[in-house]
Amino acid sequence: MCASLGESENTIRILSASGSPLSSRRSFLGALLGVGSVCVGALLSVPLIRFALFPLLRRTTERKSSPLGTLNEFSTLTEPVMRTIQIEQVDGWRKAISERAVYVTKDTKGNLRVLTSVCPHLGCTVPWNKEMNQFICPCHRAVFAPDGTRISGPSQRPMDTLETSVQDGQLQVRFQYFRQLVGDKEVIG
Amino acid sequence: MSSTQKNETNGLPLPSTGLWGWLNRRTGLDTLLRTALYEPIPGGARLAYVFGSGLLFIFISQVVTGIFLALYYVPSADHAHTTVAYITIAVTAGSFLRSLHAYGASAMVIVLLLHLSQTYIYGAHKGRRELLWLSGCVLFGLVLAMAFTGYLLPWDQKAYFATAVGTNAAGEIPWIGESLKRMMRGGTEMGTLTISRFFVAHVFLIPACIFALVASHIFLFRKAGAAGPVTENPYKPEQKPELFYPRQVLMDLSLTALLIIGLGLLCFFVPVQLGPPANPADAQYIPRPEWYYLPIFQWLKYWHGAASLIGILIIPTVLAVAIIALPFLDRSIERRPWRRPVAMGAYAFVLFALVGLGLRSQYVDKHDPGVAQQLAKQKAEEEEYTRKPFEPELSSASLAAANVSLADPLAAKGKIIFEAQSCNACHGDAGIGTAVAPKLIGVGAKFNAQKIKALLKQPSAAMTQGGMTPSDVKDEDLEALIAYIESLK
Repeated sequence: MCASLGESENTIRILSASGSPLSSRRSFLGALLGVGSVCVGALLSVPLIRFALFPLLRRTTERKSSPLGTLNEFSTLTEPVMRTIQIEQVDGWRKAISERAVYVTKDTKGNLRVLTSVCPHLGCTVPWNKEMNQFICPCHRAVFAPDGTRISGPSQRPMDTLETSVQDGQLQVRFQYFRQLVGDKEVIG
Repeated sequence: MSSTQKNETNGLPLPSTGLWGWLNRRTGLDTLLRTALYEPIPGGARLAYVFGSGLLFIFISQVVTGIFLALYYVPSADHAHTTVAYITIAVTAGSFLRSLHAYGASAMVIVLLLHLSQTYIYGAHKGRRELLWLSGCVLFGLVLAMAFTGYLLPWDQKAYFATAVGTNAAGEIPWIGESLKRMMRGGTEMGTLTISRFFVAHVFLIPACIFALVASHIFLFRKAGAAGPVTENPYKPEQKPELFYPRQVLMDLSLTALLIIGLGLLCFFVPVQLGPPANPADAQYIPRPEWYYLPIFQWLKYWHGAASLIGILIIPTVLAVAIIALPFLDRSIERRPWRRPVAMGAYAFVLFALVGLGLRSQYVDKHDPGVAQQLAKQKAEEEEYTRKPFEPELSSASLAAANVSLADPLAAKGKIIFEAQSCNACHGDAGIGTAVAPKLIGVGAKFNAQKIKALLKQPSAAMTQGGMTPSDVKDEDLEALIAYIESLK
């Protein structure tokens, strides 16, 4: 490298004897090449950036809605019914399927409502007590009405309602977890 | 100070003010740039000299696209194919980047062959350039090794079977073949250890060697100096030199631009496909290597049994040694191709042999109706697989939970009771345990069914303390529940 540096300096002297017009033309060309390279580089990095920022552009993790049954099935509902739903959780290129119990019930106006079976107190699964016509949590005896409103016990809020939608006459629910031991419903996952 | 003056007399003053000047005083960057750009080329710039820079450009492109692909790729037999499918089908610009990386490998082999041919035909390996030639030969081998190791990583049918054939071919080498094959595969069969090995070679070992050798190749090139045209003396250049910058730089950049445009269009309009996941049990699949390995593939077909020693070991070794030792064997300073009939004849012979073998392999495949039909079917399957929407892989945890319910009907019933009785509220789904209560996995091994039954009906003091309530389910349901608890392993 050092040897060739010495040589190159000699040749620079030979070739650029004419002086400044050549040097200004060269620096113009250099600037042009520099700008050109930066532009081409920027253009080439577009797919790279789009590739790396994919999680910003699209959802890479999501919990999909689960079907509960047709609307007709629930039209004659007189008390809450338990349904086990399969929850598909997508995590990038993988997915996990888990099962959760939810209750389909009606609110005071008679509209369908879906409740999670997870107790808002400490997360136990709340069973429906047919005889008492109440939800009674076996862990610490939190008691809720058929529409999920709080009656008594340690829970600070009613049973949590889940987001529902209707697709082709099918009732769909999106399962979520909520923070326990607090008065306000707060989504945690 | 003196260097500033020297350069000023050349009409190229070193910047002494501003950010660039400061940067240069601290780093000597400008001096380095000048050293790189003002390399003298005897006889002037020529289009024939562009291939080295082209190779460097593709190599950098391969490194960059490779790093980005690693954002999503997982090197294991379980996930490799899913993650490559995710890149190809789901991720934005993923198909384009993967195509750029895959076609880049082919482009690299093509430009490498052109670079090698130019060097050889111009006699540019002569005159104290033995080490330069040697480092080039090693780089050639490393590039082919990159192509070979990278080919397996998508773990689709094509990748799996081509590598099975490739490693089998290595197994044919006498004496060491079998050990070599096991070493490459990480066992007697291809599997997840093979991916790990190929991945480590492809991503860490070979690139590290390539970086080191590219650096020495460029250093040795600058040390020996550019060889110039065929009429030039390889030891002492006599023709009027021209500096690398600007004309040769412009020529080199035009090849780079051509490569960018060509690869870009190819990747956009004909993206690389991904076939169905590797299925080792598929006895129908006909593996075919990438085009640059076809001549070797065809060559190996001709050698079997005792003769294989000649075809697989002796002839390739002699050829490799002849190529590597070339600058030591051919000591004449004659560089004009028309005055080197033996060298040019040998080159033409090897070239025609390689092209001929490659074409022969294609011809044989096309004219065997069974093979042609199967190859067409495989191609159609690849296209179909790439067209389908991406389907995420089911995680093993959810598979285990699903399998329990399938295996034993009593345990399946127990699972329903486990959930209906809110056991999972404290002991977790499938008894994995929570902060409130311990896991139940493995309890079946610790206690027998009777003990579990007793504990369920009358929990111990410690259990009651933790919030466990006595179970009030019917005896037959209790049996199912115990069967389920015992199934949790």
